[in-house]
Amino acid sequence: MFTTEDVKKIAKLSRLHITEEETEQYREKLGSILEYVDQLQEVDTMGVPELQHAVAVENVFRSDEPSIDLDERARAMEMFSARKGDLLEVQAVFSKDE
Amino acid sequence: MKTIRELSKALQERTLTSEELVRSCLKKIEEENEALNAFIWVSGTAIDEAKEIDLRREAGEELSVLAGIPIAVKDNILVQGWEITAGSQILENHKGAYDATVIERLKNAGAILIGRTNMDEFAMGSSTETSHYGSTKNPHDRTKVPGGSSGGSAVAVAAGFVPCALGSDTGGSVRQPASLCGVVGLKPTYGRVSRYGLIPMASSLDQIGPFTNTIEDAALVMEVIEGKDENDATSIELASTTAPELIEPDVKGLRIGLPKEYFVEGMDEEIRMRIDEAVKKFEAAGAIIKEVSLPHAKYALAAYYIVAPSEITSNLGRFDGLRYGYHSQGSNLLDTYERTRGEGFGPEVKRRIMLGSYTLSAGYYDAYYKKALQVRSLIKQDFDEALKEVDVILTPTSPSVAWDLGAKFDDPITMYLSDIYTITANLAAIPAISIPCGTAHGLPVGLQLMGKAFDEHMLYRAGMWFEKNT
Repeated sequence: MFTTEDVKKIAKLSRLHITEEETEQYREKLGSILEYVDQLQEVDTMGVPELQHAVAVENVFRSDEPSIDLDERARAMEMFSARKGDLLEVQAVFSKDE
Repeated sequence: MKTIRELSKALQERTLTSEELVRSCLKKIEEENEALNAFIWVSGTAIDEAKEIDLRREAGEELSVLAGIPIAVKDNILVQGWEITAGSQILENHKGAYDATVIERLKNAGAILIGRTNMDEFAMGSSTETSHYGSTKNPHDRTKVPGGSSGGSAVAVAAGFVPCALGSDTGGSVRQPASLCGVVGLKPTYGRVSRYGLIPMASSLDQIGPFTNTIEDAALVMEVIEGKDENDATSIELASTTAPELIEPDVKGLRIGLPKEYFVEGMDEEIRMRIDEAVKKFEAAGAIIKEVSLPHAKYALAAYYIVAPSEITSNLGRFDGLRYGYHSQGSNLLDTYERTRGEGFGPEVKRRIMLGSYTLSAGYYDAYYKKALQVRSLIKQDFDEALKEVDVILTPTSPSVAWDLGAKFDDPITMYLSDIYTITANLAAIPAISIPCGTAHGLPVGLQLMGKAFDEHMLYRAGMWFEKNT
């Protein structure tokens, strides 16, 4: 159902590095899962609404008051893999040869 | 292990202190956890917290039923300062920056948080075998799986380590391990319990629920953790809550539905016998047994394996190696993302992320995701119709008892099929509970009751009657 190229493309979309060996395993297993879920095609869903959330809540508001817990902010920043002062440090998004 | 109600009474009557109780839990965990691997970490401050509750009680303070009671927490619910990893290498060394709402409420009630329990990685699995911390063993037979994904929490209660543990249920992850380990497990109505601070898997399906020894205990815990929370826009202002004291274990005139589509092939014969016996008991006590039809239920698993991976792929997009946990440096930013995620996630998680990327990708969205959401509508309509005719729907929780460790690990579809009876309640957003119902092949069987949205009371009522009469 899937070619090796398909799997590589999906891995790329998923931002996942996978090995050649994994590619072959995913080709087979993803194929078998898709084959299983394909049974949905036999259900007549003409005009049936999509159910995203089963509990109907709309326009949930809260008061727009700033509430910054500086300790919580500090704890969240401790999780950064690299930072400069209060800033998250990342590699360049664009490089010259692109 | 005694129930929360019994322990709480002993604490109030001063025949037991919380310190003694916590020490006895920790001792049992120390002796037996290595073999079972239910806990992956135990809190070092639990005894001090228990002493504080004892002091407050001594001082005459009026305390909640849960005050001084030890509770275990699944490794995907944030506790400030605790390492929380969702059973994954990618969240290695990640510390909770804040308390989940359920944790805040338990702390306010004086509950003692004992430690983190093992789980399938990011709650993806039905056997607790995909955890980065190794598999958890079933206390009834250590060569068997405990079910999953909240297997550690189920075992923590079943082995008598703690009287209560929190789990999360996206497709059966509380009820199925409760069934396989012989304890009570509740998946509340979607929206009843705040998801704030729960590491998300599939946000439209996830709910936090308790594992306990009795239904009354489950109701006691629910009373504390449930209710609207400003931090979870999908949590609902509850019209009513069920105080455990108000539950009348009475089934006279109660209408119980048996979905005809569920009692066909694939169900273990001994499990079927246990369920049939349970139905007869209900009937003899005056319950009205009716056959109901859920014509689209057979498509539930297929719909789930599109809806859930689609939500998973977007929820797990945040794990980029920069803001949390594991980091693997690549030659450029994209390479860093791909390496971090490729190395940090396990095979089942990667499989579901890729499946979701595919079902949401251009050209396939309508055929898969949109179709699955439409089928989800039809499934919900089936339940709405059936629950007009009956008060509760009764099924087994799992089509089989606990299986051998490793037996289904390499075959995703077979593994997924073990959730066939539980997944529909998540898709339809209704409450469901698993209650111990004897044994088959020497291992625990679970009976599942499903009810109308926000009508947990009916599940408590029918379940408590069954509990008292078995």
